[in-house]
Amino acid sequence: MLSFILRRLLVAVPTILILIVISFILMFAAPGGPFNSEKPLPAAVMANIESRYGLDQPYVVQIFNYVWNIVAHFDFGPSFKYRDQTVTGLIAQGFPVTLTYGFWAFLVAVVVGVALGVLAAIRHNTWLDYLATGSAIGASVLPNFVLAPILVLVFTLWLGWLPGGGWNGGQWQYVVLPVIALATTYLAAIARITRSSMLEVMNSNFIRTARAKGLPMSRIILRHALKPAMLPVLSYLGPAFVAMITGSVVIDVFFSTGGIGQYFVNSALNRDYSVIMGVTILVGVLTILFNLVVDILYAWIDPKIRL
Amino acid sequence: MAPLLEVEDLRVTFRTGDGEVNAVNGVSFALNPGETLAIVGESGSGKSQTAYAAMGLLARNGRATGTVRYQGRNLLELPQRELNKVRSEEIAMIFQDPMTSLNPYLRISDQMAEVLMLHKGMGKRQAVDEAARMLDAVRIPDARARITMYPHEFSGGMRQRIMIAMALLCRPKLLIADEPTTALDVTVQAQIMKLLGDIKRDLGTAMILITHDLGVVAGSSDRTLVMYGGQIMEEGTTDAIFATPTHPYTLGLLSAVPRIDREDEELLTIAGEPPDMSRLPPGCPFFPRCAFARPENATLRPPLVRLPDGRRRACHVPVEEILAQKEVAQ
Repeated sequence: MLSFILRRLLVAVPTILILIVISFILMFAAPGGPFNSEKPLPAAVMANIESRYGLDQPYVVQIFNYVWNIVAHFDFGPSFKYRDQTVTGLIAQGFPVTLTYGFWAFLVAVVVGVALGVLAAIRHNTWLDYLATGSAIGASVLPNFVLAPILVLVFTLWLGWLPGGGWNGGQWQYVVLPVIALATTYLAAIARITRSSMLEVMNSNFIRTARAKGLPMSRIILRHALKPAMLPVLSYLGPAFVAMITGSVVIDVFFSTGGIGQYFVNSALNRDYSVIMGVTILVGVLTILFNLVVDILYAWIDPKIRL
Repeated sequence: MAPLLEVEDLRVTFRTGDGEVNAVNGVSFALNPGETLAIVGESGSGKSQTAYAAMGLLARNGRATGTVRYQGRNLLELPQRELNKVRSEEIAMIFQDPMTSLNPYLRISDQMAEVLMLHKGMGKRQAVDEAARMLDAVRIPDARARITMYPHEFSGGMRQRIMIAMALLCRPKLLIADEPTTALDVTVQAQIMKLLGDIKRDLGTAMILITHDLGVVAGSSDRTLVMYGGQIMEEGTTDAIFATPTHPYTLGLLSAVPRIDREDEELLTIAGEPPDMSRLPPGCPFFPRCAFARPENATLRPPLVRLPDGRRRACHVPVEEILAQKEVAQ
């Protein structure tokens, strides 16, 4: 087990390096740069700025310097657009925000999604199943840039219960709407996966054995069916968790929450090279980490898997 | 002696996309305490569904009508809570595929102990102790240590032994074995059949043995019930059925058993296909494949009639004609 984790973390190092190199290549391949604007700067000024940020160096040297600064000083460089801001500083500011609403959204999506899926499966082909499945499909085709304005319209403008934007240090009133807007799509997907996997498990031979043993339905579901039914859900949850805690552009822009979700699009549009790299590496590391967590949970559920 | 189990006019239908499938069509039989009844027939003859219906284990789209009376109570109408008490405590069941019939995600100790905790109110430790004793009794070597293992750590034969041990935990009066040896090696088959025989002898458990393997039936049952197309074709003592089959289908089944003492003979099969259960013919279900068939059998369903020797058969062809045919064959 321990050697498995160590091995996986070791493999993560070249993975991250490859991620960095490919991101660099894509960045440099895209036309334009962080200091291009409608009114071109004088060549001398441009050259000065580029040498200040090291952009005049060969690509290989740039990549090497970048990696070296991270390894030696944990320095992800200055932002090219937000003056006097470092990438580390931007992420340190924004990540707690997305982590907060992302985590709650994850919790809501998992708890409600799994419950809906199980309920739909054990009431297969009844009105409850149709209602749950129908709303899951409805929710999954409703993008959050449509859902978010609807939520604000209802809860802010009509009912006046919740603020329509801002963060205010993460006070709960400000968290609720972003959480709902982010959770819905994932909730629907989790409910769908849970339902179909639960249906399959409930038809398996060992559930028939459990019924023949005279176990009450509640025990059959909780003790015999839920664990195996969670396996396909689990493999979805790893990447979903990362996507949720790193936030979403729509949420950050629409609710002005100030999370890092906005940087994924802004930094690319601005050619803010260091911020692009910063969020890319963050997502990469989190993805590797939570896929590892998923694998460990898999082994915990399925005794046939030995790590 | 009052019968332990009385099945009367049991019918099982499944609602499917292709219409209703009639898997069991009016099956009646009785089982005495301590008796072993073999139900034989090809795949799809309704033999397993008869047992599932009795235990309330039909698939969701299945419906059972008629009565299945266990010690006076109709199991088909029992509320879920009471049916759950009958399961395990009165009637237990083991299944065809021991590889998938145990929960692969739970330890054997947990799967066995929960039966005793639920039905006998035992504590966990006591239940595991008792379960280990039962594993010992079905001759699982080193049971006390191995009980905490998972199903995949046992061989197929061992898993069937575990299933049997689990079924016997509450000392049921009836054990239903649905093709208990079909998925196992021949040598392991013999061991499992011997184990079931020992259980019957030592505990006096009545058994319903569902199988398509006539070799299994011959040595291990008191009576045999032959099913085809969801109906009973012939029923009687196992000795009588094997010695003098009086139904063309039974005759066909017996001649399809390979015999090592007759080298020259070609292995016989019953020509044709089993019937489509959603479109059963109005007459005898075996009619299209029957060597003795007469035209009128296609429309008239033969009633199940009791013969002087106590056996029952459903066939329009006179007994004498079939017996004569058998003489010729030998």
